[in-house]
Amino acid sequence: MARSDASTALNRSQGTSTGIWAWGQQPKVRRRALRAFIYLLLILGALLVLVPFAWTISTSLKTEKQTLEFPPTWIPRPVVWENYIIAFTARPFARYYANSLFIAVTSTIGQTLSSALVAFAFARMRFRGRDPLFILVLSTMMIPFHVLIIPRFIIFKELGWLDTFWPLIIPNFFGGAFSIFLLRQYYMTIPLDLDEAAKIDGASHFRIFWNVIMPIAKPALGVVAVFEFLSSWRDFFGPLIYLSSDRHFTVPLGLYTFQTEYFTEWHLFMAASAMAMTVPLLVFFLAQKYFIGGVALMGGGASKG
Amino acid sequence: MTQTALPRPASRFRRLTMHQKEALTAYLFISPWVFGFLFFLLVPLGSTIVLSFYKWDLLRAPRFIGLDNYTKLFRDPLFRQSLSVTIRYGLGRVPLGIITGLATAILLNQRVKFVGMWRVIYYMPVVLPPVAISLLWMWIYNPQYGILNGFLWNVFGIKGPAWLQSTTWVLPSLMVMAVWAAMGRNMLIYLSGLQSISEELYGAAKVDGAGPLRTFFSITLPMLSPIIFFNLITGLIDTFKLFTQAYVMTQGGPRNASLFIYYYLFQNAFQRFKMGYASAMAVVVTLIILAITLSVIRSSKVWVYYEGELSRGDDDNG
Repeated sequence: MARSDASTALNRSQGTSTGIWAWGQQPKVRRRALRAFIYLLLILGALLVLVPFAWTISTSLKTEKQTLEFPPTWIPRPVVWENYIIAFTARPFARYYANSLFIAVTSTIGQTLSSALVAFAFARMRFRGRDPLFILVLSTMMIPFHVLIIPRFIIFKELGWLDTFWPLIIPNFFGGAFSIFLLRQYYMTIPLDLDEAAKIDGASHFRIFWNVIMPIAKPALGVVAVFEFLSSWRDFFGPLIYLSSDRHFTVPLGLYTFQTEYFTEWHLFMAASAMAMTVPLLVFFLAQKYFIGGVALMGGGASKG
Repeated sequence: MTQTALPRPASRFRRLTMHQKEALTAYLFISPWVFGFLFFLLVPLGSTIVLSFYKWDLLRAPRFIGLDNYTKLFRDPLFRQSLSVTIRYGLGRVPLGIITGLATAILLNQRVKFVGMWRVIYYMPVVLPPVAISLLWMWIYNPQYGILNGFLWNVFGIKGPAWLQSTTWVLPSLMVMAVWAAMGRNMLIYLSGLQSISEELYGAAKVDGAGPLRTFFSITLPMLSPIIFFNLITGLIDTFKLFTQAYVMTQGGPRNASLFIYYYLFQNAFQRFKMGYASAMAVVVTLIILAITLSVIRSSKVWVYYEGELSRGDDDNG
């Protein structure tokens, strides 16, 4: 009797989810030790994740002399804030940031709007060939990029688009298979009555899409937008093969070039890296819920097979 | 009628039935994708296959050489090396990614406090640009001044190896870095999977007297198997796409020990301008990826459990 009381109390204190550790019958001490162990592991993991960040910041504030000490130390003596200014001006990083921002914002707008429209047709309109076409959309996700990149490069070369931003931006205006899939799944959860009511009021399909569905689908659009923004911001391969003049470089490409030119000044590279990490981290902190929701949607999509 | 004599598009459109109008509008809506599919996917796909039978350096006119690119490819020791590097790396990296992701997700699923904070911390590396990650880890792995060898020296008195310059250590070093960078994403995917497992299953297991290990292997793992399966496929494909690390950190070295396949393809296409040869390589790599994916899908029937199958079985009774 006493024992079952204890176990229900434990269950309550721990919520109903017992996870894999269904240790409801265990004595209290053992359970406490287990909880402590779980926190210990979590803290250890978090430290392992954070140490590289700390190492970046620590190095970025050191003098060059201090970066070349063995064994390395953590605390910069003296703290050299100027490293950030030197790194930022050693190459035209202001320009790189403007380029990256322009490419990422236009790609995001293109990808989100075009995928939203295409997904709307697949989710809420009737037309011949819809289902086979949608399967075709999904199957394009299986095509590896390797087999496309050479002709794409040649196409953009023939168009005279090498060393411009267009090869990095324009393909996003034709919908991305994954974005279309994600948005379609989300649209499917919106009741069809809304469309019917709007139709009775004489709304066109485009008006239904724009005024009815788009506002409701904001969470899913947010997911698509933040993922596209980041994938554009992080891209290295695209800028590397398409861009050749310095004034067109993006942040990752500029960072790489910086490193190849100054190859031992780690305090400066780390300052430049820390700055390059700021924008994506800021986007992540501001749009956290979209990331969490987005990854859950991906997992959900996966478990639907 | 005069209207039929002068059929303007608008009036013709008006005479269609509602369903036809809807279908036409829908085709208009999906037209961006159709255009993108043709122009950025189907045409390049076909061109790669055609190009793989030609010799072309982008300067002189392409010359048809039949299967020469393929026969050369199968005799190319560097191509074999790059395949071996990529596969060996994948065999380590993918299971490591699954295990670490799953382990952190299970920890976070234990009703711990500050779940939001843990999630943010673990996810942070996922959003970073690969170039910044590569630079950072080159510095961590630096044999003389890096923090890793500093730590080994301070704590164990060991002089650590030159991680990225050693044929033995270069792949494990890159794996550890990749696990650091991707753990948060896998963790979130598994966490959402764990949270969708019904409480009743755990309740039933408890009633049957199953211990934590038994519960894990009989309930948690099978219920997560579709996600593990998804992770396995995307992880394998990612391995074949690995480029930035090889380009920035090692240039495929030392002695081709990190010559990843995509990097080798890049060298042939965009540094040596052997467009035909690189196309043949792209075709072979694509076939390998498809073969791996299909064999994983086939084997998944044995080890992946879909809840849908159960409910379909139940429906038969009703």
